[in-house]
Amino acid sequence: MKLKVNGRSYETEADADTPLLWILRDELKLTGTRYGCGDAICGACTVHFNGVPTRACRLPLSAVADGEVTTIEGLSADGSHPVQEAWRRHNVPQCGFCQAGQIMSASALLAGNAQPTDDDIDSAMSGNICRCGTYPRIRAAIRDVAGRGEDAS
Amino acid sequence: MNSVVHLSRRRFLALTGVSASGLLLGGFAGVANAARAGGDATGQRLNLFVSLREDGTVEIIAHRSEMGTGIRTSLPQVVADEMEADWRRVTVVQAIGDAAYGSQNTDGSRSIRNFYTTMRHMGATARHMLEAAAAEHWGVPQDQCSARQHQVIHSDGRTLDFGELAVAAAGQKVPQPAALMLKSPAQFRYIGRDLPIVDLHDITTGKAVFGADVTLPGMVYASIERTPHLGGRIAAYDGAAARKVGGVLDVVELKAPQGAPGFNNVEGLAVIARNTWSAIKGRKALDVKWTPSEHSDHDSEAYLDALQEKVRAGAGTVARERGDVDAALAAAGKVVEASYRTPYLAHAPMEPPVTVARVADERCEVWACTQNPQATQSAVAEALGLDKKAVTVHVTLLGGGFGRKSKPDYSVEAARLAAHVGKPVQVAWTREDDIRHDYYHSCSAMFLKAALDDAGNATAWLARQASPPIGATFDTTVTQLDDGNLSQTFGSVPFAVPNLRVESHEAPAHTRIGWLRSVYNIPFAFGVCSFVDELAHAAGRDPVEYWEAMIGDDRYLDFAPEGFAFSNYGRPIAEYPYDTARLKNVLRTLVATIPWGEKLPAGQGWGVAVTRSFLSYVSVASKVSVADGKLQVLEMHGAIDAGTVVNPDRVHAQIEGGMIFGLSVALLGQIDFERGAVKQSNYHDYPVARIQQTPKVIRSHIVPSDALPAGVGEPGVPPTAPSIANAVFAATGQRIRELPLSKHFSV
Repeated sequence: MKLKVNGRSYETEADADTPLLWILRDELKLTGTRYGCGDAICGACTVHFNGVPTRACRLPLSAVADGEVTTIEGLSADGSHPVQEAWRRHNVPQCGFCQAGQIMSASALLAGNAQPTDDDIDSAMSGNICRCGTYPRIRAAIRDVAGRGEDAS
Repeated sequence: MNSVVHLSRRRFLALTGVSASGLLLGGFAGVANAARAGGDATGQRLNLFVSLREDGTVEIIAHRSEMGTGIRTSLPQVVADEMEADWRRVTVVQAIGDAAYGSQNTDGSRSIRNFYTTMRHMGATARHMLEAAAAEHWGVPQDQCSARQHQVIHSDGRTLDFGELAVAAAGQKVPQPAALMLKSPAQFRYIGRDLPIVDLHDITTGKAVFGADVTLPGMVYASIERTPHLGGRIAAYDGAAARKVGGVLDVVELKAPQGAPGFNNVEGLAVIARNTWSAIKGRKALDVKWTPSEHSDHDSEAYLDALQEKVRAGAGTVARERGDVDAALAAAGKVVEASYRTPYLAHAPMEPPVTVARVADERCEVWACTQNPQATQSAVAEALGLDKKAVTVHVTLLGGGFGRKSKPDYSVEAARLAAHVGKPVQVAWTREDDIRHDYYHSCSAMFLKAALDDAGNATAWLARQASPPIGATFDTTVTQLDDGNLSQTFGSVPFAVPNLRVESHEAPAHTRIGWLRSVYNIPFAFGVCSFVDELAHAAGRDPVEYWEAMIGDDRYLDFAPEGFAFSNYGRPIAEYPYDTARLKNVLRTLVATIPWGEKLPAGQGWGVAVTRSFLSYVSVASKVSVADGKLQVLEMHGAIDAGTVVNPDRVHAQIEGGMIFGLSVALLGQIDFERGAVKQSNYHDYPVARIQQTPKVIRSHIVPSDALPAGVGEPGVPPTAPSIANAVFAATGQRIRELPLSKHFSV
């Protein structure tokens, strides 16, 4: 089967029911996309599928063929996406494991809504768990990208 | 700093010199060539923690595990400061497990407090050797040479870059600790400053290497079905269907040894496959029958009911006693009593346990997200019958730990399978494995009773608890908590009450009990800090004023005369006294930052709690609203007095994160056992706090202090749940004595 990830085309012999997550991790070695629950409830595996934030752990290979997948590795060439930069300005990460998923959700939010309200932010980020508790800084970083740095807590 | 680099064992040659903390401090006195370390990422060795490349790159060893506290940054920043290294020219190198470093067991909130002085010595030693090398080069007295920002400068203005001095410095005599000149705090360049974590860029670009990101040539993947109840063994199984799944290579019995669980694997049946998905699919096709055990009837609800009745009904073993509690209770005009209980909890770090192991030529190499690489080394060596020296443990970044990853059972699984299969094996736990096969945080039942005089002051304090002990995980004959466990808030209450008694009941363990972020402080702070709030309200007094009255005069507590062996988190009480002035101050400092006492709309309230844990003093104030059965935490404010702090931004992050971890405990956390097995399985039925449940207002405060550094990673957790429960009472008049709050409200 074929798939397109970060602008590159790949071919795989994996079973059609294989979740995209395991193709990314085991085959393509794009390990920035993480396993956290396998059930689309923690958000650690969030990628953009045709621009939409999507949980790769429940997206079967058979559904990916005609779409474009972007992972954290493809969000920017050098980590210069405004969300990545804001994440660093606010020292968001603690352990860092969930942060690629958080950044993918946040970048999708801001791509569709450049001026999210606080409720918009909570709603868009509600599918991404951070066990370290970086939520206050995630909010601050997103507000910062939206030009609302003064609200940052 | 972009990857986790590992030292080879060849670097651990004979060392000389012993620091005040007993750690080996020296380099290779007089054997310059021996200091040339193996591997292309290493330079001239100045001491156990510092090497210097000839291009001037300073390599600083991080021997503690990074699970989100920022320790891979904070300890090296101490070394760099004393060394006068330019932080931009520092590379942090992650250590393998090796006893030469002293303890690498990254838990107990002790990395900074136990290694702050050692790291200063390491940095100062390196600086001294660089200055000596420059003096030798110029033929001048050493006292005319001083290191400053990666150069040694002579008093006449000449300079040499650290890189130019690498070889010569490594050949210098290692100074005695007494000869070291440490900086004064006014000279600190990095200590006390907000340096970003060294892994920040890698984390935000997806390049950071966690446990599951390690792959080896020829590696196969294992997924393991484990006994649902402690002590179960494979009675029968059918692996035929699993073997037919595409990509599945083998089905392997993973036996568990007899005896206490310890750090061994539990019994399981492993599916070995060419990739993760095949292993998972093959495992689902397994049919396994398990033998029953003495734990296969464990029902947590009935168990807690029984513990609760026991602590309410009768006296237990006395752990601490002052005055005559029974007489004071009998004579009191007013007696208040309450029962509290808290459930089992799972750690649920975002990264489930995972290990890659390779066994060949009588050696084992392990790559693991472990908090405790030396325990991993020992456990793997024992499981394989190897000498410890034949086991090398590489430490990746940890996607959260919270105590779970101090227990290397998952690495033992990988090592056993790798030995059996003859190929490198990755054992990756699913989330279901993680929730169902944890070392669970102890559940707890508490009974508290106090006598009040006419002014509402407490004249007697009686406290009883029953909680399954961590000790049973290592020795099945242990059935109740010891004074060390009780030193976590319950036995160490700081109250100026004339009559006081603390008692303990037996609570035999029926699962693997383990330590989770702040450990027994979680249930005990909930019970103790809720009960103080209850007493304040019974006395008709303001809770903050009442807390100060309960704590009483400024003094250092002495538990010995009351028969209590206060463990003080492993440090001498003379070094880290229990100081009631600091405890009251951290509460006052916090309350001054919030509108305590403000008039609130109906259904809103503030609550406070204050604790000392891991040698730090922490207060938390929470504001909640309750409307139509829906509880929302609106604000959480925390203050910590942790003594000297190295990286204030990371301390703030730990207090923020500690409070949010405490929010999960307060609102959501509950593990239930039915017929010996855990009912929950993933984040849908073992939920943790999400962003929309997190207060919009979260503030943290660091009380300025030049006292010795104390713990930071855990102390934010204990006061959080009681502060929320106390706020719920203020908002509603409803006293919640059982966690989580989701049992009582929609959250």
